[in-house]
Amino acid sequence: MSFIRAIGSEFQKVFTTRMWWLLALLLAGYVALMSGGFGAFLGWASANPDAAAAAGGGGTPIAPGLDLAPLVYSFATSIGYVFPVLLGALAVTGEFRHKTLTPTFLAEPHRTTVLTAKFLSQFAMGAGLGVIAFAVSVGTGAAALAGFGLDTGLDDPDTWALIGRGVLAMALWGAIGVGLGALVPNQVAAIVIVIAFTQFVEPILRFTASLNEVTANIGKFLPGAASDALVGASFYNIASLGTAATLEWWQGGLVLLGIALVATFIGGATTWRGDVS
Amino acid sequence: MESGIPIEITGLSKHFGHVVAVDDLTFTVQPGRVTGFLGPNGAGKTTTLRVLLGLVHPNAGTATFGGTPYASLPRPLETVGAALDANFHPGRTARDHLKVYATATGLSKARVPVVLEQVGMTEFADRRVGGYSLGMRQRLALAYTLLGDPGVFVLDEPINGLDPEGIKWIRGFLQSLAHEGRTVLVSSHLLSEVQQSVDEVVIISKGRLVKSGTLVSLELDSAPRTIADSPDREALSAALDEAGLEYTEGRNGFIVNEPDPGRVGHAAFLGGVELNTLHRLKSGLEESFLSLVGGGEE
Repeated sequence: MSFIRAIGSEFQKVFTTRMWWLLALLLAGYVALMSGGFGAFLGWASANPDAAAAAGGGGTPIAPGLDLAPLVYSFATSIGYVFPVLLGALAVTGEFRHKTLTPTFLAEPHRTTVLTAKFLSQFAMGAGLGVIAFAVSVGTGAAALAGFGLDTGLDDPDTWALIGRGVLAMALWGAIGVGLGALVPNQVAAIVIVIAFTQFVEPILRFTASLNEVTANIGKFLPGAASDALVGASFYNIASLGTAATLEWWQGGLVLLGIALVATFIGGATTWRGDVS
Repeated sequence: MESGIPIEITGLSKHFGHVVAVDDLTFTVQPGRVTGFLGPNGAGKTTTLRVLLGLVHPNAGTATFGGTPYASLPRPLETVGAALDANFHPGRTARDHLKVYATATGLSKARVPVVLEQVGMTEFADRRVGGYSLGMRQRLALAYTLLGDPGVFVLDEPINGLDPEGIKWIRGFLQSLAHEGRTVLVSSHLLSEVQQSVDEVVIISKGRLVKSGTLVSLELDSAPRTIADSPDREALSAALDEAGLEYTEGRNGFIVNEPDPGRVGHAAFLGGVELNTLHRLKSGLEESFLSLVGGGEE
């Protein structure tokens, strides 16, 4: 019973402040720009291969017959995953920053219950953000592709399976955010880590790892790579130049779940158990 | 309402690194009375209260509600109402803040408007807390303690930041809680702030208990003393030393452990020191309190 109440309380905490819809709005805008814009560009390039090659000056060639729809739709996760991580991390670090752990632990002295409730509620919030992200990426992406007479893939069950796996990935990223927040309770530090890792460190690591077959086998376990493997498509796959080793989709999911559980467990055994003053 | 349960602190110690915050502290707080938990800033009051509420882990000793530690209470908010620091998420309204915790502890949301009304916050309940004054935050913190209609109240510096009207209100409020048979523990670093509302005092200094008893017993403890001041404090200090008088230096002069101002005046006369203040210090609670905690050092 107390567990159900704790989850209800955590959802109320999210929905009674503005951060969730600010992040949802930013996510929707970012994904719309990328899926719509890239969808239109790919559509144009695919329809006019000669012009595209001339304009790109020998840039990334679009392989004829390449299925563009999954790439365009997967922008929802490949660029959007940072948003559930942020929301999940803020759910934990905000309690430290605003010193609301005091009323929280007074109402529910069993700290593990509170942290588990955060983990599950942010998993659900991540799934919700995933639904929003895919609604936008499919909406704008399909419109752009259809505009150039390309296949939108919306009648293909594989597309919907991809969307389902993408929503699961976003949910797992929300849970990873909770683990990160528990490991790094300083809000500014946690945000800097999220931005720096997802936007700079990991892309560089993934690119570097892909240059060599041995490192590529390690690099595929990087969280972003695991996430792309779970979803099954990512613009990284065509953007990366070297060996593109990837995990099976379910392995990618297990990697993300493992990161979320381990981070939350370690954070829960350290900072979360400390003195609240 | 749950019946009042005694608060029992036994052999409690807590240190942060090398700093001893609470040192082998033992006292009991009985229901039906308002107990003032007093001591200068840094005496260990807040640490003691946080240990009592399961927020800080002690190095030794126990702190319980009738034998049960806070974390083991089956229905914590319905047993103990605690206000420690008036900190809230600035982007959340008072009403939502209370709803979040009513949900967490399984209390009816119908309690929220009731407690908001009790602390006089109905009018501001739908504003974000970020724009609140300290006094409004204190009231919201009190509203949180009332959610579960508990039998025990633990309030850390609840008067801090209240306006005169608020202070008058909280005094009556604390007394009415105690009259209903509840246990009320209120901390403060100023005796004068709570002396009109407390029946009992527990005084600590440097983490140790220095006095526990009724407010009246504290009054009896304080012997009359003399206050003397001079434009040349060094010379007065020397003259008092010469006469073998004990004293502490306060803001308004030297507080001399001597009931007869004449003898202090004589000591100054012998030392050739000009005095600009010399009178008997009324036997006062504040002086008694200050002498217990060491001359009012902060």
